Amino acid sequence: MFSHKLRLESLCTVQLRDIDLTLAAGEQVFLSGVSGSGKSLLLRAIADLDPHSGEVWLDDQPRSRLSPPEWRRRVGLLPTESHWWAETVGEHWPICAMTRDMERLLGMLDFDVDVRDWSITRLSTGERQRLALVRLLFNQPQVLLLDEATANLDLVNRERVETVLKEYRTTHNATVLWVSHDLEQRVRLGGRRLVIRGERLEPES
Amino acid sequence: MSLIYLSAWDLTLAAGLVLLLAGLSWRLDLGVERRVLIAALRSTVQLMLIGLVLKQLFAQTHLALIGLIAFVMLSAAGWEVLGRQKHRYRGFWGYGIGALSLFISSFSVTLLALVVIIGVKPWYQPQYLIPLLGMMLGNTMSGVAIALDQLTRQAWDARGRIEARLLLGGTWDEAITDIRRDALRSGLIPIVNAMAAAGLVSLPGMMTGQILAGSPPLEAAKYQLLIMFLVSGATGLGAVAAVWMGSRHLFDERQRLRLDRLMAAVRG
Repeated sequence: MFSHKLRLESLCTVQLRDIDLTLAAGEQVFLSGVSGSGKSLLLRAIADLDPHSGEVWLDDQPRSRLSPPEWRRRVGLLPTESHWWAETVGEHWPICAMTRDMERLLGMLDFDVDVRDWSITRLSTGERQRLALVRLLFNQPQVLLLDEATANLDLVNRERVETVLKEYRTTHNATVLWVSHDLEQRVRLGGRRLVIRGERLEPES
Repeated sequence: MSLIYLSAWDLTLAAGLVLLLAGLSWRLDLGVERRVLIAALRSTVQLMLIGLVLKQLFAQTHLALIGLIAFVMLSAAGWEVLGRQKHRYRGFWGYGIGALSLFISSFSVTLLALVVIIGVKPWYQPQYLIPLLGMMLGNTMSGVAIALDQLTRQAWDARGRIEARLLLGGTWDEAITDIRRDALRSGLIPIVNAMAAAGLVSLPGMMTGQILAGSPPLEAAKYQLLIMFLVSGATGLGAVAAVWMGSRHLFDERQRLRLDRLMAAVRG
């Protein structure tokens, strides 16, 4: 069993000041706040995409100890909008043989293995969103930073994604920090709920 | 064949064509007449001045003086590269990347030509060094400017794509590789096209000038070939140096894409 956890120490972004937050291994934490309050920027800072002050720890290891690519493989961010650079879906996957786990993951999100040959241009927004999650989970990150992971999905696919994430968190003891505007979803899926007020993080009442 | 000297009247007649162009621009409401006239005036003053300076310069071979002229030429070329960027790098790098890559490419290739190929003694003889360096800088400048402009424009527009690759554990080098390749290709295409068309579609400027000045056409062609090969080498070297430095400077030590190091669009 893994014992990893994520710890933010005096993290400051453009909008937030001195954020101290510890997430236990396997814990799921929801984050909300009004538009423009800095939720996405916080996730970007944790993923080491934007410059900021403060330190982030993973498994009691400071981020500076790991190379940026290694950090981003372990702490995976799923942005609201997915971006693709090659022509087919499979070109965005890591170069390794398709395992049973990967096939199963595709099946759970209603895709066949031949989706790897699909052209990116034929994908709908919802398909892109789900395949971006697949692409991220193939890296087997220890921490998942989800920015509105189900925002562009219909009810059926939202449930599929929630099921995949729940199973992934359980089997990998992964920590999840999930930005969601959907109060019903935050309550239904359980876990700690935080809200951004001003420059601070507070428990959601 | 002897050289036919051009009189002021001959040049005035040719300048009439520029006036005609400015008139056309005014009549057709193109709005470039002012720029055409200023550019023509600038080129007249600059070329006459450089003609006078070269006349003096060719009479002596002071390394320090020639070095100063070369430095002025490099500085001006650096500003030209900067002026052609839509998204300029902030601070020193805005000027530094262009000037440094021009320095690396043009100076090294000119030196190679003077010392190894032509075998001029001393190597800094101004009537060889200055025109050669001018040719190198003038042509390399275009390649470097186009490549750098493409690099920063594309990086600016493709932030999401670049960051998606970083987020999946790619290095900065992998994240920008496609954009860098496209930028280099764009920088090299003009000189490759010029080489392919030379002699068939166009007679290059230097060769034309030499023939008009009385040189045997075959000798003029040989010099033109030399210049073209040197220019393509220097352009390649300059574009590679500029794109490498430019792309490296788009990322920080934590391999984060730093578009804040670029300015917003300078022109439309």
